[in-house]
Amino acid sequence: MIGLTHYIVLSGILFAIGVTGVMTSRSVLKILISLELLLAASNLSFVAFSRFNGDYTGQLIVFFVILVAAAEVAVGLAIVVLMYRNFSTIQADDLKDLKW
Amino acid sequence: MVSPCIAWTTLLSPLVACAIITLFFLRSKLWSSLTAIAGILVSFVCTLIMFSQIYHGHSAVEFQHSINWINIDALTIVLGVLVNPLAVMMLMVVTGVGSAIFIYSRGYMADDPSMPRFFAYLSLFAFSMIGIVLSNNFIQLFMFWELVGLSSYLLIGFWYAKPSAADAGVKAFMVNRVADFGFLCGILLLWSMSGIGPLRSFNFTDLQTVVPAMDPHMLTIAALLLFCGVVGKSAQVPLHVWLADAMEGPTPVSALIHAATMVAAGIYLLARTFFIFEPLHEALTVIAYVGGITAFMAATLAVVENDIKRILAYSTLSQLGLMVMALGLAGPLQGMYHLTTHAFFKALLFLGAGSVIYGLHHEQNIWKMHGLLKQMPITGFTFLIGTLALAGIFPLSGFWSKDEILALAFEHNKLLYWAASITSGLTAFYMGRLFWVAFWPTGSRRDGQTSSSKHDHPAHESPAIMTVPLIFLAILSVIGGFIGIPHFLYPEAHHPELNMTVAVISSVVALAGIAISFAIYGKRPEYDPLESKLGAVYPVLKNKYYFDALYGWYVDCVQQGFAKLLFWLEETVIVRFGVHGFTGIAKASGNVLRHLQSGLVQFYALVFVFGVVYLFFIMVTRL
Repeated sequence: MIGLTHYIVLSGILFAIGVTGVMTSRSVLKILISLELLLAASNLSFVAFSRFNGDYTGQLIVFFVILVAAAEVAVGLAIVVLMYRNFSTIQADDLKDLKW
Repeated sequence: MVSPCIAWTTLLSPLVACAIITLFFLRSKLWSSLTAIAGILVSFVCTLIMFSQIYHGHSAVEFQHSINWINIDALTIVLGVLVNPLAVMMLMVVTGVGSAIFIYSRGYMADDPSMPRFFAYLSLFAFSMIGIVLSNNFIQLFMFWELVGLSSYLLIGFWYAKPSAADAGVKAFMVNRVADFGFLCGILLLWSMSGIGPLRSFNFTDLQTVVPAMDPHMLTIAALLLFCGVVGKSAQVPLHVWLADAMEGPTPVSALIHAATMVAAGIYLLARTFFIFEPLHEALTVIAYVGGITAFMAATLAVVENDIKRILAYSTLSQLGLMVMALGLAGPLQGMYHLTTHAFFKALLFLGAGSVIYGLHHEQNIWKMHGLLKQMPITGFTFLIGTLALAGIFPLSGFWSKDEILALAFEHNKLLYWAASITSGLTAFYMGRLFWVAFWPTGSRRDGQTSSSKHDHPAHESPAIMTVPLIFLAILSVIGGFIGIPHFLYPEAHHPELNMTVAVISSVVALAGIAISFAIYGKRPEYDPLESKLGAVYPVLKNKYYFDALYGWYVDCVQQGFAKLLFWLEETVIVRFGVHGFTGIAKASGNVLRHLQSGLVQFYALVFVFGVVYLFFIMVTRL
């Protein structure tokens, strides 16, 4: 029988993978994908709690998160495109103009 | 019944004139002067109406009318007028003598390109002065008091391109500022004692009812602080230094401000608020002695002065001293009586001096004038009348009013009586000196060497627009003693008979003064023979008892030294440690923290994650 714990653990694993991806990847594109993983992890725990507690507020919030994630991706990808046009690179390390 | 409208019109018409000149006529000499003269004449006519109504008993002797201005729960400030015989008499002086001077200025300033500005200032001044006279409360009075100071500053420094005139304006303003600080403190102290909460009042009539119940010691302090303002405005020792320098202004200004009205404001204030001073013997004694000292000192200074306007300025100081002394001897009637007659003949003397200066193309040294009586007969004779009135010769107006003061002093304080008598002797002497030297035609001098040949242009009589006001004022100076001024001022007061002893002594002293001056100056020497006769005293008098030097030393060494100390404190403590200290801390911490900006996105993300974890940790442990 698959219980709440399994979902939470899976959500935690997804979250850890996402954090690791954000911190280690050098490509902005990869960072964006990792961010999506973070969102998916939190969505999963929301839905799991909602299902097991019989409270649908959690599912409602998930819709909002998906909405925000879509907007975020749109803006994020636009930034990546512009970054590539202006600097001909999508490596995060190459952007150091604001360093002191 | 006098309607409040008339009082308000009296007050506001010069202000309206000033506004019209400033807005429309700054380029028109003719219209600006006509507007200003019309403004003051409207005031004069209104004053005459009030005068006749009170005189004939058609109106209450005293009435007031107020408009609410500021209302904060415990503090009510009103703008109002309080009309009583004292105020109306003073208004007669301000607007009557003022009208004569305004008309005269039209002639005197005819050649000056900035005449419109002059008339705007004059109107502003008349407005401020009438405001002082009519105010029914201390706050309004203080505002107009300051306005008078301001317009005086503007008029003294009217020829601002001349450094001495600009300096004199600043000096007058600064000296008055010192005095007005005390005055304001006195007003506020009096207000704080006048009741509790909303019952407190600045109004004169309200104060009159509560003053008897006040603590006499605090009241003495308040009274002396109020007297500070008088010392400044009426130029008493030790704040008299500004008045002689104020002669840098155009001569009509000297006549209007520094003889007839502005300096009289202090005396008027004492008389108007005499109910405060009346029960305070200590305060009155101080006032009487300050007045006596001023009267005597200024008279001695006038003896060695060579500038015609400055001689008159010192005589004004001296006469003001006598008035203050009269107030200090509990005689507001005598003080105000002398103020009124003095305004007549002092304005006359100043306008006469202005006529001479105008005729001689701005020559003010009396040793460069000679035999003017022949060349300028109208000016000369009216000047003679003014001289005799000031010297106190029977039966001119100065005799009657000065005699009342002397009689008062004779009864109450013999020391001050003798000081005042010597002062009148000196007054007669220096006025005689001025007249003999500048006006008296003598043959003893080489005939071709008259004043006319000392200048490129001969002296000439002034135009009628200047001589008619002179004649008007001369008539007032002659009859001023007979028209019942004291009776109008204080109808219920007891009028003592003429004190024969005092009258005879003062007449003898005055005649002796004139005779001595004739003995010395009658033959018109080339230089002042007093210079050698007075010996060691002469330089002391010439340097005005070193008051200016003392104040100069005080400002230069004491005040400047203190300022330097404060500057040093500011530079080292406040700027170096305070201001630079804080900027230093911000800079140093910035220097350290900016190394955190590595530019590596992953590093930021790492810090962010650790931060979140840390916050999570705190939340969990708190639970």
